[in-house]
Amino acid sequence: MDPSAYVILSGILFSIGALGVLLRRNAIVVFMSVELMLNSANLAFVAFARMHGNLDGQVIAFFVMIVAAAEVVVGLAILMTIFRTRRSASVDEPSLLRN
Amino acid sequence: MISLASTILSTSDEEPAVEPITAVVSAAEAGGLFEWFWLLIAFPVFGMLVLLIGGRRTNAWGHLLGTAVVLVPFGIGVALLIDMMGRAEDQRSVVLHMWDWTIAGNFTADMALRLDPLSMVFVLLITGVGSLIHIYSIGYMSHDPDRRKFFGFLNLFIAAMLLLVLANNYLLLYVGWEGVGLASYLLVGFWQYKNSAAVAAKKAFVMNRVGDVGLSLGIMLMFVTFGSVAFEEVFAAAGEADGTVVTLIGLALLLAATGKSAQYPLQAWLLDAMEGPTPVSALIHAATMVTAGVYLIVRSNALFDLAPIALNVVLVVGVVTMVAGAVIGCANDDLKKSLAGSTMSQIGYMFTAAGLGPAGYVFAIFHLLMHGMFKADLFLSAGSVMHNMNDQLNMRRFGALRTVMIVTTGTFFAGFLGITGVPPFDSFFSKDDIIKSALSQNWLAGIATIFAAGLTAFYMTRQLSMTFFGKKRWTQDVKPKESPPVMTVPMIFLSAGALFGGLTMVYLFNLQEWLTPITGFTPGELPIPDWAVEVITIATLAIGVTLAWRQYATRDVPETPPVNVTPLTVAARKSLYADAINEGLFMRPGQHLTRFLVWFDNRGVDGIVRGTASGVSGLSNRLKLLQNGYARSYALTMVVGVLVIAAIFIVSRWV
Amino acid sequence: MTLVMQAAESSGSTGEQVTFWICAFLIVTGGLGLILSRKTVHSALFVAQTMISLAVLYAANGAPFLALVQVIVYTGAVMMLFLFVLMLVGVDSSDSLIETLKGQRVAAILMVLGVVVLIVASVGGALSNSTSLGIAEANEEFGGNVEGLAHLMFTTYLLPLQVVAALLISAALGALVLAHRERIGERLDQTTLANRRVAAFGDGVHPGGLPNPGVLASSNAIGTPALLPDGTPTELSVPVPLRGKKAPEILNDPELIKAEQAEIESISESESAIRDAGLAGIGGHTDLSDVYPDQLDPDEAGTGETELPPAPDDDAKPGDA
Repeated sequence: MDPSAYVILSGILFSIGALGVLLRRNAIVVFMSVELMLNSANLAFVAFARMHGNLDGQVIAFFVMIVAAAEVVVGLAILMTIFRTRRSASVDEPSLLRN
Repeated sequence: MISLASTILSTSDEEPAVEPITAVVSAAEAGGLFEWFWLLIAFPVFGMLVLLIGGRRTNAWGHLLGTAVVLVPFGIGVALLIDMMGRAEDQRSVVLHMWDWTIAGNFTADMALRLDPLSMVFVLLITGVGSLIHIYSIGYMSHDPDRRKFFGFLNLFIAAMLLLVLANNYLLLYVGWEGVGLASYLLVGFWQYKNSAAVAAKKAFVMNRVGDVGLSLGIMLMFVTFGSVAFEEVFAAAGEADGTVVTLIGLALLLAATGKSAQYPLQAWLLDAMEGPTPVSALIHAATMVTAGVYLIVRSNALFDLAPIALNVVLVVGVVTMVAGAVIGCANDDLKKSLAGSTMSQIGYMFTAAGLGPAGYVFAIFHLLMHGMFKADLFLSAGSVMHNMNDQLNMRRFGALRTVMIVTTGTFFAGFLGITGVPPFDSFFSKDDIIKSALSQNWLAGIATIFAAGLTAFYMTRQLSMTFFGKKRWTQDVKPKESPPVMTVPMIFLSAGALFGGLTMVYLFNLQEWLTPITGFTPGELPIPDWAVEVITIATLAIGVTLAWRQYATRDVPETPPVNVTPLTVAARKSLYADAINEGLFMRPGQHLTRFLVWFDNRGVDGIVRGTASGVSGLSNRLKLLQNGYARSYALTMVVGVLVIAAIFIVSRWV
Repeated sequence: MTLVMQAAESSGSTGEQVTFWICAFLIVTGGLGLILSRKTVHSALFVAQTMISLAVLYAANGAPFLALVQVIVYTGAVMMLFLFVLMLVGVDSSDSLIETLKGQRVAAILMVLGVVVLIVASVGGALSNSTSLGIAEANEEFGGNVEGLAHLMFTTYLLPLQVVAALLISAALGALVLAHRERIGERLDQTTLANRRVAAFGDGVHPGGLPNPGVLASSNAIGTPALLPDGTPTELSVPVPLRGKKAPEILNDPELIKAEQAEIESISESESAIRDAGLAGIGGHTDLSDVYPDQLDPDEAGTGETELPPAPDDDAKPGDA
């Protein structure tokens, strides 16, 4: 099977994830979208590993998973803290970035 | 009489050419009183400070203090003169270095004063005439509630004028120059509640500024060219400098001199300056300040000798003003303005003399000295008339005042004798010297000086007869009487000066010999014999006197000016259209330029500035929308950035 | 799994094609579902779908280890963590999908479409003529996919592995620190709480537990308020979500009322006797109009102990996200 199909699928998945980040306000959904984007990268890695005939891509994908897991742990903890203080999981509501 | 005059003058004509002496001695070397001559300035400064800072508390005795602080310097001046006369010719220029004033890089200007025969003459003129006028002012201003302030300003003037003539460098001279300008402004506008006085003061100040630009340009040029502004260094270095630069410096100084001395083309302020109190007109606008231009040119003789073009311009300015001033004096019905025209004319004589170069410098100063006395006398006499005629100045409403004001008539007549040059009084010596010098150097200028002498005789006779002779044409409410002694005594002193000053200066003091070490002297060759010149001059005088006497003394003078007169008279009444010319040439275009600049400033400069500002703020307002605090917006921006960068990479790969 | 692996062995086979297209469909719909579903729980489930489909694709690409890790770590651990947090945050919170930022939706869609076009164009352009070497050889080199990965990880990628290990530990610590709530006030022990409750009783808050629903009332349905000793119903006995809305609906249904009345009448005599004996002074509580005074005219309503302060607004109330 042509690796380009996997890579294009990965691109589409990445774009859907990006769209989720851009469009959804619920922080948890945004988070899941980010996970989706990471997974799309993993798919591309795996596809490329197969294309090049070595396992390095798979190793990298594994590392990505680990990092994603770590990120989820910390991110969700942050989310909980924010929710605890602001009673909201919306990424718009704490627009603290505004002066 | 003619033989007497020729004898007198022949002595001076036989003198050999004299080169200026440039050597100076320091005050410490000279010792004695010379170490203390800074007191000349310190006294009037002290008086000014006490009177102006002390305020109303000094009202009771302010005028006495103000007079004393001028009288004392006069005494010091006389003592210094005697001291100086006892010194050798090359030891008479004394420089007193007080402190280093301005040091900037290699530029230095010291607080240094210079007393030499030239400034000595000025010191005595300023303090002498100044003292008399201070005394006169005690009476003249006795009813004015601000008399104390008036004396404060007068002291300021005396101090500034002394600083001007005693300065040892051009920068310090400039300080004095501006000081007298300020004093003149304050005193012309002394009755500032009168609109005319306020306007006149402003006009004098502004026109003087035009001249001052010349002085500052001259000083800057000197610094650039010679690296110094001290007299000795500038004069010593002048010979090696580029002739064009020296000419430019000369012209710049001339511009300054025309402004201060009311010469063409900056003459128009003087007539209006007569709005000031009469003692001011006498002291500042006749005897001293307006002659500062002559002083500046004579002081800078070393520069002008090297700049014949500048010197010729001085001559032209002098001749033009001499004739034009006399013409104005002939037609003006206002006594003081007529005298002001005369002042312009007489200073024109001095400029003419100065413009003749080494042949005339000394006569310029001689005439200046004489003029200081007779013109102060005339002005004080006029002030006396005015004081007793309810401040009227229209000569057509005077007449027959000799019957009630005998002393004033006498002093005015003395001034008349002094100014017209009737032998053996002041101008007979000084003016004839100038005429002869002019004839020997430039016959055209010579003829002009003779012609102006005739005009002088005409307008003086006109003033004399319209004011003191003929029939009474007084307005109903005036009851003229003689002025109090505090006014008449100074007038009498000045009359004595007007009558015998010339004789004294020639026979007793020998001013020419006194000054030549400073100015140098080159005798000229007269194309015609001495006596012929004198005959012609006196004949011209006689014609002028006769014409005026016939018209204004033997005939009735109409109370309103006649209408059917020659165009020249019309022009002369309007000061030869000086104001119209100034308005047309400078004021209107200036206003238009200003309007254009204002417009350009509003639309062009401000337009750019405001446009930039509003553009930036508009852009900021747009960009502010991006900064909305929503993380998702920022994420979108990131996506845009990623897209753009990726697009650039990909497209560049293809291309 | 084995099937998929076999499909992978024969690169470019129809089996893989089918697998790919099915999984691709599931992945894309899962992703779109994530974006489009209003409820967060649905989103999470859609993500789980995507992840499992991805695992299948990993397996199809000769990465069984990754496929399993994907299922275990992602679908098993990470997604469960998400669900935990969701539950903590409030499960019934649903997003409104109305966009509040002006132009954000249009711009986002356009930009993302641009990204898709770029990726497709560039990847399509770059990979169109490439040949795939296949992963089978690499997998066989050390006797299997896991062995091969292990070999790489503990040789070439040893240092990154250590670093990632440190990262994981740091993340765990970080989560602990972030989730930790510093005790601000004094620790509340039983004595303090009891004292506080008694103090509150002084202000009218009853120290005891809330009454059970249906107690002493005509019905023991959960929506039926209990009757106080004076016969007035108390809403405090009704669970918060049911207060004041479900019960009246039931009672408005004439069939139900009839049935209920019948039921009441069929209550055993003994019970009735006991009740009558015990509550002789009160009476009338078989009358429905007494049980539900808000059905009657307002003058008689509200005379009961409805003055009790409302239940404290506790944390059980879901967030308003």
